[in-house]
Amino acid sequence: MLKYRDEKDISACGIFGIMDRKGRRFNGKLVIEAMSQMKVRGNGLGAGFAVYGLYKKFKEYYAFHVMIYDKDGREKLEKFLSTNFDIVYVDEIPVNDKAKVIDPPKFMRYFVAPRKKGTEKVLNDDDFVVKKVMYINRAIPGVYVISSGKNMGVFKGVGFPEDIADYFMIEEYKGYIWTAHTRFPTNTPGWWGGAHPFSILDWSVVHNGEISSYGTNKRYLEMYGYYSTLQTDTEVITYIFDLLVRRQGLPIEVVSKILAPPMWEEIDRMPEKEKKFYKALRMVYSPILLNGPWAIIVARHGEMIGLTDRIRLRPLTVAEKKSFLIISSEEAPIRYLFRDVDRIYTPYGGELVVGKLEEDIKKFVGESQ
Amino acid sequence: MSTAEVLNPYIFGVRPIEVLKRQVKVEGERATIDAKGLNHKEINDLIRECAISGIKEIVLKNVYGQRFIGTRVSLNEFRLRILIHGFPGNDLGAFLAKHEIIVYGNAQDGVGNTMDSGRIIIHGRAGDVLGLGMRGGEIFVRDEVGYRAAIHMKGYEDKIPTIVIGKTAQDFLGEYMAGGRVIVLGLGVEKHRMRYIGTGMHGGKIYIRGKVEKHQLAKEVTFGEITDEDLEILEKYVTEFCNIFGCEQDEILGDSFTLIVPKSKRPYGNLYSGD
Repeated sequence: MLKYRDEKDISACGIFGIMDRKGRRFNGKLVIEAMSQMKVRGNGLGAGFAVYGLYKKFKEYYAFHVMIYDKDGREKLEKFLSTNFDIVYVDEIPVNDKAKVIDPPKFMRYFVAPRKKGTEKVLNDDDFVVKKVMYINRAIPGVYVISSGKNMGVFKGVGFPEDIADYFMIEEYKGYIWTAHTRFPTNTPGWWGGAHPFSILDWSVVHNGEISSYGTNKRYLEMYGYYSTLQTDTEVITYIFDLLVRRQGLPIEVVSKILAPPMWEEIDRMPEKEKKFYKALRMVYSPILLNGPWAIIVARHGEMIGLTDRIRLRPLTVAEKKSFLIISSEEAPIRYLFRDVDRIYTPYGGELVVGKLEEDIKKFVGESQ
Repeated sequence: MSTAEVLNPYIFGVRPIEVLKRQVKVEGERATIDAKGLNHKEINDLIRECAISGIKEIVLKNVYGQRFIGTRVSLNEFRLRILIHGFPGNDLGAFLAKHEIIVYGNAQDGVGNTMDSGRIIIHGRAGDVLGLGMRGGEIFVRDEVGYRAAIHMKGYEDKIPTIVIGKTAQDFLGEYMAGGRVIVLGLGVEKHRMRYIGTGMHGGKIYIRGKVEKHQLAKEVTFGEITDEDLEILEKYVTEFCNIFGCEQDEILGDSFTLIVPKSKRPYGNLYSGD
C-alpha cells in the first residue's frame, strides 16, 4: 500500500531552516532557491516544508493538514472530527495540478478547537489534540494528519523540493520560520506520508541520517501514547521533543544532552555535580538516546533548533545574518541567499544551536476559544 | 516525467557542450566559466573541453554547491590551474591528478577525496572528511576544517600526501589514517578543542602547533618525539603555507609542535583475525 519508487540512488538528505528572530514573515521563494542548490542531496523521493506564522487569521485554532488516500476514510475522519472538535473552517489545500508530481493524495485543511467531553475534560488542549491525532493516524484507514499545530503547517510529498513547492504553491505562503527537506530514503519507502517534515502540534522535524535506535525509541514512546504510523524513523524525534519539552517541561538544552549525550569517558572527567547529572540523564532516558548518524532541524513557535549526533556523522552549518538564523546541510545554499554573513560556523557533534524569537510569541499563537 | 529522468535525475537534461560553451570566455590560454545555472556534470564537461583545447588556467565564477569540480580531468599531458570564486560543493578535486585548484571562498565536505596528486588551496575553511582516502598531493586550508580530516589518508613510497591546516580541526582528525602528514598550525587558536585525534590511526604523522592534552587523543595513538627530519618537513610546509596566505613563518616555527603517531601498525589485528 502507498508504496512508491524506492530505487537507491547514492545520495543523502538535505535539510535547511531559516528563522527571522524578529518575527518578520517572508515568503517561501528564498527557501526554494536554497533547496535547489542542494538538489543532488535528494533523489526526488520526498521533499517538504514547514511554515510558521502562515494562518494569522486562525491563530487560535489547531490547523490540521490531512493527507487522504481513501474516500471512506475521509467520511470517517470528518465524522470523527465533528464529534471531537468545533470545526471553524475547512478547505482543500490548494494545489497546482500542473506540477511535476506523481499520484498525489488529497490534502485537506481543518481549523479546529477541541470540544472535550466527560473524562477528557481533565486533559489540556494540547494533550487532547495529540490523543486525537494518534487515533486518526492509527484507526482511520488511508488518512494521516501530517501537521496539527496552530498557525503553522507542513506541506510535503514525493518529488524534488522545487516540484513539491510548485505543487503546493509554497511561494504564496509567508512565515517567520521555514524548514525544508529533500529526501533520499534509505530503509523505508518513498511515499507521501514518509516525506519530511514530521510534525505534531507545532513541532516539526527535518532530518538527515538514520535513527538506528528507532525500535527502542518507538516502544518507549508508545508507553506515553505516541504511535509511529508513517514508516519513517524521523517520526520518533518529533514525539520525543513533544514528550520531553512540552509534557515534562525539560529545557531544550537538557533535551539535547539526552538525545546526544556526552560519551562515558567525557562524563568521567567532569566535576562531581555534573557527573551525577549526566549519569542520571543517561540512565533515566537511555531508551530515547538517538543512536546512529543524524542531523536535525527542529522548530516550534518561537524557536528553531539545530543538532547533530554526538560524533557528527551528518553535516550541519550555521549562519547568522542580522536577525536571521540559518541552519543548513551545506554552506553553499546559505551563501547563495546571503553572500556575506555576520557569522558562519560548524557546531561540534551534540552541540545545540538555538534561535529564539525576540518578540512576544502571542503575536503568533492564540489561546483556544 | 520520462524514464530517463526518473532513473537519473542529475544526468538527465545535461546540455550538449556546444550550448554550454556560451558560458565560457577564452583569452589566450585562460578561460573564464560562468557557473551560474550549470550542474556539476556540465561544469566538468566544460573543464575537460577547455583542457583538451589547450587552456592552462580556468577561472570559475558564481560557484554555489556544485560537486566534484576538477574530477574527470586526469589527462596525462595536461596540467591545469582551476581558480574557483564562490563556494564549491562536496568532493572538490575528487581523484585529482596533477592539477592545482585554488578556492577563493569556503569549501564543503570531502575536499580532495581520493586525490592522487596536485594541489588544492582554500582561502577560507573546509568542511568534514577533508582528504578522505587521499594518496598523494597537497592540501592547504587557511582557516579551520570540520570532522574527520585526513580520514583514511594513505602513503606509499614516494607518495606522501600532506594536509596543512591554518587554524584548527574538529574531532576525529586522522581517523584510520594509514600514511601521509597532517600539520595543524593553530593560528589565532587559544586551545584546540578536538577530541578523538587519530582514532584507529596506524600510519603517518600528525603535527599540531600548541598544546594537546592526553585525553584528546584516541587510544590508538601517542605523543612522539620531534626529530630533525620532522623539523625539516615542518619548515618546508610552513614556509609554503606562509608564501600562499602571507604570514610570518619564523613566528610559527619558533613555537613548539606536538607530534602524534600511531602506537601500532595494526591496531585492530586482534579484533578481526584473532591472532
